[in-house]
Amino acid sequence: MSSLARRRATDYTVKVISVAFAAFALLLLAWILWTLVVRGLPAIGPHVFTRITLPPGAGGGLLNAIVGSLIQIGIALVIGTPIGLMCGTFLAEHGKTTPVGNAVRFVNDVLLSAPSILIGLFVYQLLVMPFGGFSGWAGAAALAVIIIPVVVRTTEDMLNLVPIGLREAAFALGAPQWKVVTLITWRAARAGIVTGILLAIARAAGETAPLLFTSLGNNGWSLDMNAPMASLPIAIYQYAASPFEDWVALAWAGALLITVGVLTLNILSRLVLAKMK
Amino acid sequence: MNFTSDTSIDIASAVNRATAPTAEPKLKVEGLNFYYGENHALKNIHFDIPEKRVTAMIGPSGCGKSTLLRIFNRMYQLYPGQRAEGKILFDGTDLLSKELDSTVVRSRIGMVFQKPTPFPMSIYDNIAFGVKLHEKLNKAQMDERVEWCLRKAAIWEETKDRLHTSALGMSGGQQQRLCIARTIAVRPEVILLDEPTSALDPISTSKIEDLIDELKQEFTIVIVTHNMQQAARCADITSFFYLGEMIEVGPSAEIFTNPREARTRDYITGRFG
Repeated sequence: MSSLARRRATDYTVKVISVAFAAFALLLLAWILWTLVVRGLPAIGPHVFTRITLPPGAGGGLLNAIVGSLIQIGIALVIGTPIGLMCGTFLAEHGKTTPVGNAVRFVNDVLLSAPSILIGLFVYQLLVMPFGGFSGWAGAAALAVIIIPVVVRTTEDMLNLVPIGLREAAFALGAPQWKVVTLITWRAARAGIVTGILLAIARAAGETAPLLFTSLGNNGWSLDMNAPMASLPIAIYQYAASPFEDWVALAWAGALLITVGVLTLNILSRLVLAKMK
Repeated sequence: MNFTSDTSIDIASAVNRATAPTAEPKLKVEGLNFYYGENHALKNIHFDIPEKRVTAMIGPSGCGKSTLLRIFNRMYQLYPGQRAEGKILFDGTDLLSKELDSTVVRSRIGMVFQKPTPFPMSIYDNIAFGVKLHEKLNKAQMDERVEWCLRKAAIWEETKDRLHTSALGMSGGQQQRLCIARTIAVRPEVILLDEPTSALDPISTSKIEDLIDELKQEFTIVIVTHNMQQAARCADITSFFYLGEMIEVGPSAEIFTNPREARTRDYITGRFG
């Protein structure tokens, strides 16, 4: 075989193998989504959004879980976004190559891939044990710890994409550093930063483990942040493990809702990024 | 040909002739040394830059000309590990003095970069950004300032109907003139141009060269360029840098037709660089 023919054959083989594995991965994903739609869609009806947890057979819904999730994610966002944004800004603008910057970046990377159950246990030790019980606050705090490293990482990456020349141009006009950062670099990177926040919400929305030890879940209707609070992932966990047919159906409905929500956030973040370019 | 050290007297008198209207230099570099970490990038530079003239710095890549330009408005201070020793007198004040605030230096000594760097905002806001840093103007005054500097940068006619659209939608040449307008808007005394046309097409380049000619009526201009024709066309004074040293300085006409130093002659005739 000539060298050219051999190279073509190698090229072809590698291509076929790559396509096959990509197709396999896509197939798994499609399968999951398909099962989710087939099982979840029939279970979705008005009662899912209007009723709270009821005894099996009584036609309960997910209202308390949906509202609980929204509240806890909302508070987690209020706590986590400013911390993540400022920390990412520090890493990109001030502490780039300093020992402190390198240490913070390393710790953040560890946090980014830490098992989320550890974060749940950490907040359990920090907020649940000392204050005498599970609470919505603890759940929100655990989700904030999930959000922070994601926002730190994307903020730093996005700020690093802003050309040095743009910063220098602002400095050359006599701008102090805080104005360069807030008025020029943040502005230039804002679409990317917003994308990071959206992805962080998506990440937090699906987390069960950090909530197990913190807000616990609540079958009743409660907006009290000092009491245990319901959430979608916990409701899915609880319903899916039950022997009752209508509860299992609700678990599928909840899973579909989270997936659609996360998918929407991902698509939204892509649109935001596309608009920036 | 042999050149002896006494020719330096001729250089001095030649420079004096070229700069006769203003006796005191706007910028006076005295015994300047500059280091990037361990790397000694500029060696004992003595250099007078006359007021309201165009002074060009030429030389092969890495000769230190851009480094010197970035010392004039203290851009080097943004980077730890870079340090300057010596003196640069700006109207008699030492620019390198720690007591002098960098933001004040930069408002009086503006800079335009090689690549156009419009901010991601409207044309109007690009200009207002710099002005607002140093002055409080009302809407009418700001409108007036924006028009004034856009006219000075010969770009008013092209932008007057789109002042509130994004500056990123302009062509490269327009963006570069906007950057010049933005620099002028702060009303500096000196404008530093770091290869301002190397990223532009020939038509945009000639517009910017015409502009430089206009601007020297009011501003002291220092330009770094790789383009020797550009230095010959635009600059009153040209200085040649090589390996961190200033080899020669004089009226452009003399540097380009009758250089005193062999290295200058070799460079301008294209024998190296």
